[in-house]
Amino acid sequence: MPETKITAAIVDYGLGNLFSVKHACSHAGIEGTITSDREKLLQSDVVILPGVGAYRDAMASLHKLDLVSVMQDIAASGKPLIGICLGMQLLMTRSYEFGNYLGLGIIDGPVVRFEEPTITTRDGEKKTLKVPQICWNQIYQPNGHESWDGTPLEGLDEGTYMYFVHSYYAQPDDPAVWLTETTYGDITFCSSVRRDNVFACQFHPERSGPLGLKVYDNIAELVAGRN
Amino acid sequence: MNIRIIPRLDIKGPNLVKGIHLEGLRVLGKPEDFAHYYYECGADELIYMDAVASLYGRNSLVDIVERTSREIFIPLTVGGGLRSVDDIRTVLRAGADKVSINTAAVADPELIQKASRAFGSSTIVVSIEAIKHDDGSYEAYVDYGREKTGVDVFEWAQRVEELGAGELVVTSINQEGTGEGYDLDLTRRIAESVSIPVIASGGAGSVAHIYEAISEGSADAVSMASVLHYNFVKQRSVSEEAFEAEGNIEFLKGKWGSLNFGKIKDATVQEIKQYLIENGITCRYQPEEAAHA
Repeated sequence: MPETKITAAIVDYGLGNLFSVKHACSHAGIEGTITSDREKLLQSDVVILPGVGAYRDAMASLHKLDLVSVMQDIAASGKPLIGICLGMQLLMTRSYEFGNYLGLGIIDGPVVRFEEPTITTRDGEKKTLKVPQICWNQIYQPNGHESWDGTPLEGLDEGTYMYFVHSYYAQPDDPAVWLTETTYGDITFCSSVRRDNVFACQFHPERSGPLGLKVYDNIAELVAGRN
Repeated sequence: MNIRIIPRLDIKGPNLVKGIHLEGLRVLGKPEDFAHYYYECGADELIYMDAVASLYGRNSLVDIVERTSREIFIPLTVGGGLRSVDDIRTVLRAGADKVSINTAAVADPELIQKASRAFGSSTIVVSIEAIKHDDGSYEAYVDYGREKTGVDVFEWAQRVEELGAGELVVTSINQEGTGEGYDLDLTRRIAESVSIPVIASGGAGSVAHIYEAISEGSADAVSMASVLHYNFVKQRSVSEEAFEAEGNIEFLKGKWGSLNFGKIKDATVQEIKQYLIENGITCRYQPEEAAHA
């Protein structure tokens, strides 16, 4: 039987740079399709929910496109589901971005804003960092976690740099789903989650150089192993 | 926080160019070659700035963005000649992660609001090109430093933040291309008056200047051109025939041994980052990264 290519549905809800996600998929040998068609989502091997922009608009758009229940079904079905940046936040229960908005409720916990992340300079002065965080930052295993083996982060070193752009971050209730943590100023937050078939990261692996591409390679391998 | 080092590629037609005070553009090579090299050297992002706003022309910026964004997996900001939400969408669809707007934003500030709503604040970078006058005031210029506006840059920076811009690139036209260092006063005054990140641009002639932009200028990220470009040009022999007849190629015709870089002390991305780290500035530095790939 000829080897068939892994297919990814990159969910298009009108926001975000879907093209860099698609290019990173191609690099990993995954055939990415940018789509908002629920049938295509159900047929693909993996579903990727990317996104930048406002939480409320993104959820409104998912409702309008009638994609909310299908995303929840996919999460429950065991099909690999990946959330990136705002996509990670959308998987959560709710967000406090400009109000209080319900998310997809796939991972329990809220999305909260960076409240005055502060550093102490070498001169002993306190300095509040800019929000949004726009920079490369490091990912670490949370206390009590042993390894990234078998996850999309397999093979990456502790302290690997990834590219972040965000003002809000997810706070999953269950510490067991925290896959990485990252520190901005004096705030340590959950920078990626994994629960069964669901993986989501606040950083942009598709914009994080060769080590970010490794995340896509790992996703391709994990999906191929499942098929 | 980790400072970002952002090579800035000014582009005219198919060529990478560099001028002084944004004028007298000289051809240095193909933007794709520079972009690939900087990506491999650990640049944190790239900025493409179209010097002649040739968005839809032959060999346009959109083509270059399309080709390079498939192979370069770091954030790419594209600016120059973007007039509308549709223009912005075109560039994002070609693979840009962020866009930088100046002229159209001054003409119609609501564009910042519309664009940040449509694509997210973090996608919209506003470029501020400043000229310092003899009385110490700073005026915003548009059209790649060609047209005055009468707008005070500090008021404009605050307005731009209110309208939803996610980041600012602040270029001193007085310093641009001179190699005499960033305008630290301009950078610091803007960086301290807004809560969004500020990218310092214009004037880097050495690694020490880049350090100053952060330590004294309070910049959150630093963009530079000549320092990096001249280093790359020195390292390779380029045949001038490879370039099309458009543009000033006098620079490339010079004998390689006698290139005159003026005040520029060139450096690589790694050398810049090493210097910053030695001086207590944190940034992404993974010399082993290429080995993992």
